[in-house]
Amino acid sequence: MPPRPLSPHLSVYKFKYTLTTSILNRFAGLALSLGLPLLVYWLLAVAGGAQAQARAMRVLSLPLMRPLFAALILAFSYHLTAGIRHLVWDTGRGLERKQSERSAWLVVGVSLALALLVAYCAWLAGARAL
Amino acid sequence: MSLRSPLGKVLGTGSAKQGVHHWWAQRLTSVALVPLSVWFVVSLLSLPSHDHATVVAWMGQSWTALLLVLLVLVGAWHSQLGLRVVVEDYVHGAPVRTVTLVLLMFAHVLLAGAGVVAVLRVALGAAP
Repeated sequence: MPPRPLSPHLSVYKFKYTLTTSILNRFAGLALSLGLPLLVYWLLAVAGGAQAQARAMRVLSLPLMRPLFAALILAFSYHLTAGIRHLVWDTGRGLERKQSERSAWLVVGVSLALALLVAYCAWLAGARAL
Repeated sequence: MSLRSPLGKVLGTGSAKQGVHHWWAQRLTSVALVPLSVWFVVSLLSLPSHDHATVVAWMGQSWTALLLVLLVLVGAWHSQLGLRVVVEDYVHGAPVRTVTLVLLMFAHVLLAGAGVVAVLRVALGAAP
């Protein structure tokens, strides 16, 4: 059989806002997929009783978990806003070049603001728990 | 009259009539995850503390348990759909790709099942 067509060869594209917002959405999705085992780990710990949960909370509050949670917060805000942009596109709206360029910047701005808000609330929640 | 060549028919290449299913499932799960994920983040961050008693009391409410079960199931489904496309794009060679896809599917079903069992154990009061 002849070789089937392959997709995407990242190296042949110029980095423009279209490519950047798209690949960032994929990276954010990958990061959130890593958050799924983390969520299940926490749920299992809660189901395992007070001791198991206390042990899990000690693991989850290790200093090296900080960058992981920061990445997850960024990934969550970006994937959420970029995903809503995709859903709008699916209705056939906002596909003109001007509109898509504007929504790209909107997604970047809104997701950064949302990430800061979530990080601030997480910090408040962490301070409250101490 | 079919425009497909006899060779094409024999090789079985071409549409399997399932092209839209993946796309549609991805849209459905993403629409569901917008409220589910926002609800989860907001309620997790507004808990007064994250110690065992508080979390168990929170998970013991029927609404919380239901939404958590949905979050785990729909989240795992959406994650499986997304990772599948990444593997199909970047993992070349049929044996490696097939094995990766099977492992991804098994891992997601395992995670989803474990998450649901954990939530139900707490919600039904079976957690120690």
